[in-house]
Amino acid sequence: MARATERVLAWLEERVPVSTVIELVKHKTVPMHRLSVYYYLGGMTLFFFIVQVTTGILLMLYYRPSAEEAFESVEFIMTVVPFGWLIRSIHSWSANLMIFFAFLHLATVFFGKAYRKPRELTWVTGCLVFFLAMGFGFSGYLLPWNKLAFFATKVGTDIAGSVPLVGEWVMRFLRGGERVTGGTLSRFYGWHVAILPALATGLLGLHLLLVQLQGMSVPPSCEKEAAERRPLKFFPDFFLRDLFGWLVALAVLAALAAFLPWELGEKADPFAPAYKNIRPEWYFMFMFQTLKLVPGGEIAGIEYEAIPIMLFNLAGLLLVLVPFLDRGIVRNGRSPGFTAIGVVAVAYIVGMTAWGYHSWVPVWVALGSILFIALLALATGRKRRAR
Amino acid sequence: MSEATTGFGRRKFINWFLGTSLGGLLLMIVYPIVRYISPPEIPEATTNQVEAGREDDPELLEKGYKIVQFGVEPVILFAAGPRDFRAFSATCTHLDCIVEFQKQEKRIFCNCHGGVYDLNGRNVAGPPPRPLTAYRVDLVETTPGQPATIVVSKA
Repeated sequence: MARATERVLAWLEERVPVSTVIELVKHKTVPMHRLSVYYYLGGMTLFFFIVQVTTGILLMLYYRPSAEEAFESVEFIMTVVPFGWLIRSIHSWSANLMIFFAFLHLATVFFGKAYRKPRELTWVTGCLVFFLAMGFGFSGYLLPWNKLAFFATKVGTDIAGSVPLVGEWVMRFLRGGERVTGGTLSRFYGWHVAILPALATGLLGLHLLLVQLQGMSVPPSCEKEAAERRPLKFFPDFFLRDLFGWLVALAVLAALAAFLPWELGEKADPFAPAYKNIRPEWYFMFMFQTLKLVPGGEIAGIEYEAIPIMLFNLAGLLLVLVPFLDRGIVRNGRSPGFTAIGVVAVAYIVGMTAWGYHSWVPVWVALGSILFIALLALATGRKRRAR
Repeated sequence: MSEATTGFGRRKFINWFLGTSLGGLLLMIVYPIVRYISPPEIPEATTNQVEAGREDDPELLEKGYKIVQFGVEPVILFAAGPRDFRAFSATCTHLDCIVEFQKQEKRIFCNCHGGVYDLNGRNVAGPPPRPLTAYRVDLVETTPGQPATIVVSKA
């Protein structure tokens, strides 16, 4: 067996530089310090992305993207196709967990100042992938063609329409016409299964390549500790830890899908009133709640509702540009101002989400996540005693 | 002739030529794509009048309102009082949701963002920026002694 492997490797080596790759993997290390747990969050997001691709391809085998058949085909997947309920439920749960971990990954990278030189491009590509993930969520939400999704899409696309000058075109472009119809559904399907995956694959590939080329960033507060401690070998030490996390995630996914299967709701009806508790996916909730608070009216031909929308767009743009705006971290290795802005932003998002749901759950989830990461950091970040 | 004397030598010409050709080629590829992804304007059949059922419509009596298909537009029809039927565009002027009539509260309400309109379709609370477009409602008695037919038409 060992000899056969050797012979295959030798055969390959004559054609492609396998040994270079093996050498690289052998020498790759991960810095160790009390916040090393941060390094698992990106990998966790990637795991859920892989689950999305796999289950998404499976769903495509039965899903039919038209207003007449979409709802029925999802119903068919969930009730007739063997394990269809499981695949669809996992796809929905994994989508939400992916966004959740992407949020955590983004936050830890932000607060750990990992965007500082030379990792500006890693940050920019990461942000873009994050926006794409939200695009996946928005386009995928409509595909079951149920009432909740129908109205969320109406509102979401109308929001785009309120932006001055380009809004009208963007709205028509998104909807594929004046209204949310079966045409919108085909369009969203195209985005969801072809355009966004193509863009995401390219950007994610670049993001991962940059991470490999530059290695892991060490938060400024842990630099001294990381210099003193022996780094962890990527293979097999870090890799196995990553794999363990993925296994736990898979178990959690299966449990969620089995015990809390994703609802399908009622079929969309363009001639029925919106019912109570119409809401977008939770990660759009803070924007939705903000919009709810804006009174009706116009100023200089711009509707009031367009103002927060433009501010959110601006915030998104500023988020991408953080590495180029934060000069303090380059000059003296500190940028408490950016940390403060980050804390305020997180508090705003969590607070508005809680308000939107009239529930404390978002606050508990946020505090729980911080506690969980802190506990994991305690469990994994300590220096191992020499044996 | 050397490049120095003309200021526009062979190399520069070829570069310019290739550059513009490449630009033109890109434009030829991008333009149809951009036009293709912008949805075409489809003229919709104009609707001026629809019959919305009889005044004793059980849905209307029970819920106090119904959503009528006015061509492709949803129109809300409700009874503000006995034989006092009113109709307005059912599309909330805020962000496009479909409104409902709340019999108890005597108001038109949008569940998406809590927009409130009075019985005349005026935006009175919440985020809606404009009133709802009004439609005309007529009661047409086709057979004497029978409940009248409600006809909704453009105001």
